[in-house]
Amino acid sequence: MRFQLIGVNHKSAPLEVRERLAIPEKRLPDVCRDLTAFPGIEEGMVISTCNRVEVITHTVNGTADLRGFLHNYFHVEPDELDPHLYEFRAKDAVRHVFRVAASLDSMVVGEAQILGQVKEAYATARAVGAVRGQLDQLFSRAFAVAKRVRTETAVGSSSVSIASVAVELAKKIFGTLQGKNVFIVGAGKMSELAARHLMAHGCASIFVANRTYERAIGLAQKFNGQAIKFEDLYSTCDRADIVITSTGAPHAIFRREHGEQFLARRKNRPMFFIDIAVPRDVSPDMAKLDGIFTYDIDDLQQVVTSHVADRRKEAESAEAIIAAEVEKFEARSHTLDVVPTIVSLQDHLETIRQAEIDRVRGRMGQLTPEQEIAIEALTRGIINKVMHTPITTLKSAARESEATTVVDVVRRLFNLQGKPQVSAAQSDGSEVTQEVAPKNEVGTRR
Amino acid sequence: MSLLWLRFALACYFIGLVYAFVALSRTSELFSRIALHAASLGMVFHFVSLVEVFLSGQVVWVSVHNGESLLAFLSMTFFMVIYAVYQTTSPGVVVFPVVFFLTFVAAIGEQPVLLTQFVSHKGWLIAHIILIFTGYAALVLSFGASLLYLLQERRLKSKKPTSMISFLPALEVIDQIGYRSLLLGFPFMTLGLITGSVVALTTYGRIDFLDPKILLSLLMWVVYMVMVFTRWNSGWRGRRAAFLATFTVVAALAAWAANYFSAMHRFAS
Repeated sequence: MRFQLIGVNHKSAPLEVRERLAIPEKRLPDVCRDLTAFPGIEEGMVISTCNRVEVITHTVNGTADLRGFLHNYFHVEPDELDPHLYEFRAKDAVRHVFRVAASLDSMVVGEAQILGQVKEAYATARAVGAVRGQLDQLFSRAFAVAKRVRTETAVGSSSVSIASVAVELAKKIFGTLQGKNVFIVGAGKMSELAARHLMAHGCASIFVANRTYERAIGLAQKFNGQAIKFEDLYSTCDRADIVITSTGAPHAIFRREHGEQFLARRKNRPMFFIDIAVPRDVSPDMAKLDGIFTYDIDDLQQVVTSHVADRRKEAESAEAIIAAEVEKFEARSHTLDVVPTIVSLQDHLETIRQAEIDRVRGRMGQLTPEQEIAIEALTRGIINKVMHTPITTLKSAARESEATTVVDVVRRLFNLQGKPQVSAAQSDGSEVTQEVAPKNEVGTRR
Repeated sequence: MSLLWLRFALACYFIGLVYAFVALSRTSELFSRIALHAASLGMVFHFVSLVEVFLSGQVVWVSVHNGESLLAFLSMTFFMVIYAVYQTTSPGVVVFPVVFFLTFVAAIGEQPVLLTQFVSHKGWLIAHIILIFTGYAALVLSFGASLLYLLQERRLKSKKPTSMISFLPALEVIDQIGYRSLLLGFPFMTLGLITGSVVALTTYGRIDFLDPKILLSLLMWVVYMVMVFTRWNSGWRGRRAAFLATFTVVAALAAWAANYFSAMHRFAS
């Protein structure tokens, strides 16, 4: 649990700061390598998106000068950067990583992109060997938590952009969008975006009408659609089920009488007008017609706003999941913490046993195979009996908060060296053997 | 025994009824599944009940209560067919209360109100009953769909974003359910009236067009036809369709109530 995290996000830092810290994708592997080479850092990875830059590490002794790393790497003055930085350690760092992956820390809470970005960052760091045991465990858990949040809460289920709300509404009216036709009136960025969304959901074809015919042709070509002369607007518009309108006209261009005409020609099949023009292109009395649904920019924005509020509500239950998962993760990592201590303990006693047997053998000369077996069984039996209680205590303490104390006590009692952690288990073992030799000599003298 | 099974069915439909009320205010995936299973179980009991009635003899079969029971069963069948096609339980909001009411009335007790007149063509009579009730069931469903259409239309027009997540399927899907039930019901209704006329002719040798039952049945059929026609010809839906559907259902109810006044279509007591 010696995680340490430092970073900036959309809340802590203005865009200018985030821009300076942003790391291009192709440089990410190098940053990860530099990070692991930095003093006090064992493992490290970097997440860099347009809304956040974060350095996540597992340190050697719980603290590393991550600020120093950032200052060095980006060549920025401390007083320029530091006010915008946040820093988390241990449990707080775990919670932050979980929240980021679950998209609770995002600008648009619940957006799905961030998880993919975190996964990419993780894969990059892993590929260069900067992520191993500890961060590996942290992030595989974070991905599982993110998935849990997504399935158990509705935090990412409602649409929160104008274009996706338009699609959602169209689906409420038409069911499937397969085979539906879209009419763009007035070529603009917004209408193009909405049209793109609708086409992605299966709409069949697109018509484009614009005051300047050339622009209509240009946009129609993008979608493989058909450009319509503005004069023919009213005579062709009924062919469309969904009309996206965003002209600069000072007055409404679709009025009640047009709606009546359209409906008559369409045998009353419903029509959906998405009016993103200001002032509005569709007159309000159109909405009074049965079978015509109009949503202007304010209506759409209202839906978006309420969805955002819904997401906030859902985010609360998501936070509860995260809190529980952080506790679980912490408990589990403690369970892992005692394993190296147990291994050291076993190694330690085994070395003593071997040394003692050798000593006895030297004094008694050649032993018969039966004697060998008997001594082996006797010594092993004693050791196992002696070790039983400490090991059980260690294992059960692992799930409690006092784990570290128990581990410390055991280490001090048996004079075990090294830090209690997984990746260092191997080196722990060797240190113990070196340690054991002089102790044995003490034993012989006695 | 048939009554006992029917009461079991009623208990199951009750869950459906509760669902119908709950679904109006909020949507629950789990509850709609429970309601669906309860309704399916209810249909099994109901079917057993109907089979027993049928096996018990021709005369009982033509009682008012058994008629209501049969109508309820056919409505449920339509509901299930729609569920199979569209994967939506929302017509249940209308169908469940109607079915519950019909089953409830039928399950109150034995009340064998019988056709006193001797009927010579039993086959025709059975055909008449089944056809006309299938027509009724389709009508009930179409009526339900038109109400749901209005509800969904209002939700969409009100632009209240909170009501966007709802149990209702898309407007066009509701429309299709209503229209298809309408189309399907029409031939049944027509053939039902024809077979009924045949029974009347063979029994009495004439048809009294001034008899309230006959008059109202004809009126219902005409409105039904107008409804199908306006829909087919100019795509009437929404308010106008709901208005026509309501009118047809009222006519149908009146025609049903006329049983008690009719001299020809007699369930005389």
